[in-house]
Amino acid sequence: MSVVTVQLGQCGNQVGQELFDVICSDARDVHRKTYSTVSCERFFRETTQGDLEARAVLIDMEPKVINHSMSKAAKSGRWRYGETSHFSQKQGSGNNWANGYCVHGPRHRDAVEELMRREVEHCDMLAGFIPIMSVAGGTGSGVGTFVTQCLRDAYPSSFVLNHLTWPYGTGEVIVQNYNSVLTLAHLYQLSDAILVHENDIVHKICSQLLKIKQISFSDINRVIAHQLGGVLQPTLTPASCGAYSRHPIGELMSALACHPEYKLLSVCTIPQMASSSIPFSTFSWPALLKHLRQMLISNSKMEGGIDWQVCPPPASAGRSRSLSAGSFNTSLANLLILRGKDVYSAETGGFEDSAIYTSWLPPDEALSLWKSPVPFNKYEKSATLVSNSQALLRPLDDMVRKAWNMFASRAYIHQYVKYGISEEDFLDSFTSLEQVISSYSELQ
Amino acid sequence: MTQSIVVQVGQCGNQVGCRFWDLALREHAHVNKRGLYDEALSSFFRNVDPRKSGGGACYVGGRIQHLKARAVLIDMEEGVVHGILQGPLREVFDSAQLLTDVSGSGNNWAVGNLTYGSAYRDSIVNKLRKAAEHCDCLQCFFLIHSMGGGTGSGLGTRVLSLLKEEFPDVCRIVTAMYPSAEDDVITSPYNSVLAMRELTEHADCVLPVENQSLVDIVNKISLMSHNAKPGCVLKKESTVTSGQGGVSPTERPFDAMNNIVANLLLNITSSSRFEGSLNMDLNEIAMNLVPFPRLHYLVPSLTPLYTLADVNIPTRRLDQMFSDAFSKEHQLIRADPKHSLYLACALMVRGNVQVSDLRRNIERLRPSLPFVSWNQEGWKTGLCSVPPVGHTHSLLALANNTCVKPTFMELRDRFTKLYKKKAHLHHYLHIDGMEQSAFSEALSSLSALIEEYHHLDATKARLIPDAPRLSIAR
Repeated sequence: MSVVTVQLGQCGNQVGQELFDVICSDARDVHRKTYSTVSCERFFRETTQGDLEARAVLIDMEPKVINHSMSKAAKSGRWRYGETSHFSQKQGSGNNWANGYCVHGPRHRDAVEELMRREVEHCDMLAGFIPIMSVAGGTGSGVGTFVTQCLRDAYPSSFVLNHLTWPYGTGEVIVQNYNSVLTLAHLYQLSDAILVHENDIVHKICSQLLKIKQISFSDINRVIAHQLGGVLQPTLTPASCGAYSRHPIGELMSALACHPEYKLLSVCTIPQMASSSIPFSTFSWPALLKHLRQMLISNSKMEGGIDWQVCPPPASAGRSRSLSAGSFNTSLANLLILRGKDVYSAETGGFEDSAIYTSWLPPDEALSLWKSPVPFNKYEKSATLVSNSQALLRPLDDMVRKAWNMFASRAYIHQYVKYGISEEDFLDSFTSLEQVISSYSELQ
Repeated sequence: MTQSIVVQVGQCGNQVGCRFWDLALREHAHVNKRGLYDEALSSFFRNVDPRKSGGGACYVGGRIQHLKARAVLIDMEEGVVHGILQGPLREVFDSAQLLTDVSGSGNNWAVGNLTYGSAYRDSIVNKLRKAAEHCDCLQCFFLIHSMGGGTGSGLGTRVLSLLKEEFPDVCRIVTAMYPSAEDDVITSPYNSVLAMRELTEHADCVLPVENQSLVDIVNKISLMSHNAKPGCVLKKESTVTSGQGGVSPTERPFDAMNNIVANLLLNITSSSRFEGSLNMDLNEIAMNLVPFPRLHYLVPSLTPLYTLADVNIPTRRLDQMFSDAFSKEHQLIRADPKHSLYLACALMVRGNVQVSDLRRNIERLRPSLPFVSWNQEGWKTGLCSVPPVGHTHSLLALANNTCVKPTFMELRDRFTKLYKKKAHLHHYLHIDGMEQSAFSEALSSLSALIEEYHHLDATKARLIPDAPRLSIAR
């Protein structure tokens, strides 16, 4: 079953290119033929000459990044993008969500839908769409939201999993909070689930775990690609009956997206270390899983500086969780993906503890377990946790708070109004997100 | 890739513009080794093959034939423009792009704006249209003029309002040269304030530059090169201070100062011309740095101003570059941004600098910079991989900061001193179309602007609590 990726804006195109790179080298690297075949079928199509072409549509409002990504892919020699799978214009969206959503989106709707249709036709069976974008800029956020809406309209029965990159808290773009709020509010209605990476966290992973001195955006994108690859590469799931699952996105949705109010998913991966250290490290499933569980409940998205004091409150105490009280992270549902050696002997009981979940779902339904005996991306054993929990609550709340403060003084609003959205639209978006924040805060 | 058109008006505007074209050619020659007419070149130049019919326009991808600047040169006296046409840049301009007259504007804004403005309106609009037709995606007009004279400030601002009328969707970025207090033109306060009103109404962004700051910076550089410590050689050919290696072989008196302004323009457009890991387009500048329509005065500062010959630049030098960008010696107007309130700040970095260097420096400098309460993390950043000629990296900071307020207040004071006595007013009032109300309106526009900055300044010391959030019914 094939996945069509839609790369939107500078971030989307840069991350997408790294993602395909990771997947291609992982698929080609291993000696497991079935794994290779499933992975290649999922993300690439083979041309008549035997080359791999990514199942991707590249969209940006200015040409530089797409040209760069396409040539970088071609240079790798192992895979490339389709010659005609991209759409670009001359002039960007100016970091303005309204420009992307109200002007560029509709203007180029037909061309984009045509590209999408062609890519879908190449798939024997469509597993779903993964639009990759950032929320801080104008194209990724604005055009990305519009394109997600088009996908919804044109393919109502397909799954749409949006991957978002949240910007650094201390600004890359001044109006990033406005763009983020507008994007999230709209995507919440359109998307099946939203998988989030935060630049701040990934930056810390690069500096503290991977020990990179001068961190560039390529390093950041490579970490994101590694974590995403860990989620999307083939696995054996409970429903797939001994073969690699053919419905990766659908099964992810049924595992995690259990309620329309709760769509925010976070990812963490263990271990993460400099590639030069990997040959000298030993891994054991009990240690990896113990760390991962503590990372989940103390809301630490990386292995390092984990707060071991945090533990689930006793069942007897009245559990009223608010944003400020306690640092315990309650989960709604978790998806644990184990890859590598001895994966069948891994003991995952710690994740089935009812204390870490809300009371609505019994723990054996709240936890889903996928396994693959094939080591991923040079790690002999690795675990990826995709979590629908309160992990993103604080960053979301900060984002809304800053956007609201700016909105209170009406700064920059004239820039958005001139492209077609009103103060009412802003208020609607704020209201939707306050609702989401409230829902997640109440998880107990 | 988008194109931009430079409109240079008046003596100062044309001299700065001329330096800009010189440096732009040099920068592209440095980067473009294969002689191909690429996207980066097409943002400022057309490629013309005179042998082809129909105007000879060549498309991107072919070899360079003749490069013509995307520019319109306007001056009401012939000296400067004719000088350009005799000089080495004559091939770069087409006679159709020039508009000259003979008698000049006599340092009178009204003559520039009203007399010449009406007389040449159609001609100017035609030339602008012609230049715009050569672009397949016009993004921005760069207007360069001085504020103190007659042509630059009067006709220049008239051109600005024409640009707004004829091309409302195209961004208008104005580089305005403000006179210093010791300016030798007596009526410069009148001209400046009358022009300010137009800038506040019609420009998208204004980059104010003060002559005195440029003089200080140039002096500082020549001091550095004379006092250079033994063992550390100052590279003399950096683009910032010298046009050496450019098209014009000799330097004239204002050249060093004009070079700095020309570099400002080069750096602003670098990210839209060359690639980088975090692109910053021109329309993003206006979007991020202009929170309220009238507060669009952005204080520029450029670092480094000189290069040391040791190529292996350790991190400390890089961090020094960031610190310098916020020091008052590097600002292009006489202002101290650190002691005023920041509304927004953009950092455009060129060269071998990564996102971690950027983040480290922002975190380091952030505590000492006062930002307005609703924009505490108001940074816009851009990374372009191509450094300027002669440097390994450079930084351009554009700050929307209330430190422009003292500059404007001083301007208003100089204006009022003359206006109270009605000095020289008759020169303006006897021009057809000029009324006394223009003066009072211009004054009130400037005062209103100063008030707006003042209100924001007043919030500086106060601790503003977070706005109360929407509450959701459970």
